Amino acid sequence: MGKISLIIQREYLTRVRKRSFIIMTILGPLLMAGVAIVPVWLASANESVRSIVVLDETGMMDYQLQSNPTIQFSYSHVSLEDAKRNLEKSDNYALVYIPKAQDDNLIVTQRSIKLYSTNQVSLNVKIYIENQLEKQLERSMLKANGVDKDLVSSIEKTVKVSIQNVDLNQKDAKDKSNDVEVSTALGAFAGILIYFFIFLFGSQVMRGVIEEKSNRIVELIISSVKPFQLMMGKIIGIALVGLTQFLLWVILTASIYTVFLNTVVKEKFSADKIEMLMKKSPDGTAVEDIDQLIENQMVIERINQINWVLIIPCFIFYFLGGYLLYGAMFAAVGGAVDNDADTQQFVLPITIPLIFSFVMAQTVLNDPTGVMARWLSIIPLTSPIVMMVRLPFQVPVWELALSMFMLVLGFIFTTWIAGKIYRTGILMYGKRVTWREMARWLRY
Amino acid sequence: MSTPLFEARNISKYYGNYCALNDVSIVVEQGAIFGLLGPNGAGKTSLIRIINQITIPDSGSLYFKGEPMNLSHVQRIGYLPEERGLYKKMEVGEQCLYLARLRGLEKNEAKRRLRIWFEKFEMQSWWNKKVEELSKGMAQKVQFVVTVLHEPELLIFDEPFSGFDPVNAAIIRNEILDLSKKGSTIIFSTHRMETVEELCDSIALINKSKKILDGKVRDIQNQFRNNTYEMVFRGNMLSFTTALWTGFELIDKQADGEICKVQLKLLGNNTINNLLNTVMPVCEIVSFKEILPSMNDIFIQNVKEPV
Repeated sequence: MGKISLIIQREYLTRVRKRSFIIMTILGPLLMAGVAIVPVWLASANESVRSIVVLDETGMMDYQLQSNPTIQFSYSHVSLEDAKRNLEKSDNYALVYIPKAQDDNLIVTQRSIKLYSTNQVSLNVKIYIENQLEKQLERSMLKANGVDKDLVSSIEKTVKVSIQNVDLNQKDAKDKSNDVEVSTALGAFAGILIYFFIFLFGSQVMRGVIEEKSNRIVELIISSVKPFQLMMGKIIGIALVGLTQFLLWVILTASIYTVFLNTVVKEKFSADKIEMLMKKSPDGTAVEDIDQLIENQMVIERINQINWVLIIPCFIFYFLGGYLLYGAMFAAVGGAVDNDADTQQFVLPITIPLIFSFVMAQTVLNDPTGVMARWLSIIPLTSPIVMMVRLPFQVPVWELALSMFMLVLGFIFTTWIAGKIYRTGILMYGKRVTWREMARWLRY
Repeated sequence: MSTPLFEARNISKYYGNYCALNDVSIVVEQGAIFGLLGPNGAGKTSLIRIINQITIPDSGSLYFKGEPMNLSHVQRIGYLPEERGLYKKMEVGEQCLYLARLRGLEKNEAKRRLRIWFEKFEMQSWWNKKVEELSKGMAQKVQFVVTVLHEPELLIFDEPFSGFDPVNAAIIRNEILDLSKKGSTIIFSTHRMETVEELCDSIALINKSKKILDGKVRDIQNQFRNNTYEMVFRGNMLSFTTALWTGFELIDKQADGEICKVQLKLLGNNTINNLLNTVMPVCEIVSFKEILPSMNDIFIQNVKEPV
């Protein structure tokens, strides 16, 4: 209809032209990337080289501990008192003291190792030192019992089990491995995203309605269009804003990802490079690096293997369905109250199912085919989030269809109820509304 | 008699158990200025919302030029609500266009007409301003323009003068008279009885959800006339009052030298001629006229009466 499309246009354009929308659209993917990258970057950028002095009375550790780029071991052979004094005078970070026990008892020794420092030692450093000492002790004990440590470690490196879960119900099960880690991450991410989208755009509907009501333009508009048209126009207009934002995010993220793959990753993880690394280190010192590389490449492969053709349309469907369901309720609340401050008592009850499904996401992730997950993904109030969480774990078609059908029924129902509350509410000024009052409006 | 432009028959509206309108009927003749009067909370706004098809009556029917009213008639009605506002963050021109198009005007036509009205009210420079930058009076001018832009046959103003300063109120008043002269039919609701006498042809008075009075302003005033007359004469006040004797009641008297002014009420079966015969011997009559009750008095008298 002409008039409703006019309303949709206005709602859409006024929001899309806002500076905050443009900024969020550009910053969204960057922020998300930032959340993942910045902590790692901060942790690595912050560390300077720390020198650790080792004073070993047993002689077991001498020149055996492996330094890394941020922790450098050096060895001292003076008395403990001198070493402590030297530590205070020097820039050295800490002093590891390994006392000699009676009868060279290693069990006693490992309990009496001390770490002296002038400042509090960071946890990373402590863990690293412990790790190194343990490795060396293990080596010594194996040696004492006549076992060759190098043999053991080469065996350890060869053996690595990685289980691939293959779903027999999938036709192309042969080449599609369904793996839990990526599915879990994806499910959680989709659930969180849909939760925020519904909240963000649902409350935009509410604020829009309150704005119209509090600046009194609403009466002018509903003398031209039906209140229901105004409400639906607003809800649809804002839905389109949400979709625009989402699609722009998908496009931006996908292009950042592609660029990232084509430049950084390709160069770093290409097969040639791996081969070259292998050749370079026939002794196996770089094996860990290669493992890491292969792991990374598998993650990328898995990301590419995800059924995006299913996930993205489903995301859009559940976003729209969930948003329409909750958006209508948000509109009803906006219509019933006079200002933002009065919304609290109504917003919390209507969003409890949403918050509940967000909290339950963890349970669903642990058991994506359990009774709880199944029910929550069919009930319309919780299905938008829970079904998105379940989706990467292969949901039977009939369950998906039932869930979608229920969601459509759900939002038709809430829209119908909301329309009744809304059309009465927007014409009531200066009256504090109660739940009972709203229930009465349903019969007007 | 020609078909009335608008007619509401036996309208009732309930909100739960609360009765907002109880069997109210009004008839608005083509080209008339119709006053909808009543104290606060009487049901005026409820009725206006029903005329605008914002709400639906529980019983009763509406007719526009004899046809049962439907949604297509909305485009032939202009409505300026009492509680009125605009989108604060939207630009004036864009907003006017939006509201005009919602009322069914085509985009370019709306633009053309807006330009004419903006020129008329000297507000061309407001086009790209945001509404929040305008003063209250300026915003109301914008609302007025939006109300009349689609040249509706029926205009409904709910308290049109509230919030206007005297200068702007006069401008709007003249515009309303102008629109009426051009043939628009106008319904307006107000508390200001002096504007009713000045502008309205007929009225309906609503109190406690019921219509208690309606008709032409002149007829109503005649209906409530109470045989009160004003006489100005030249002569002696004392001999005048003595001459009146018992058939007449003296309500008010003023003397300014030779010229005296009195208000009289006829009692019993006495006629004007009786009165004139009685006083003619003692004074020289300068002027004589009937005093019609003011709408203000009629309003107060009727609303106070227990229903």
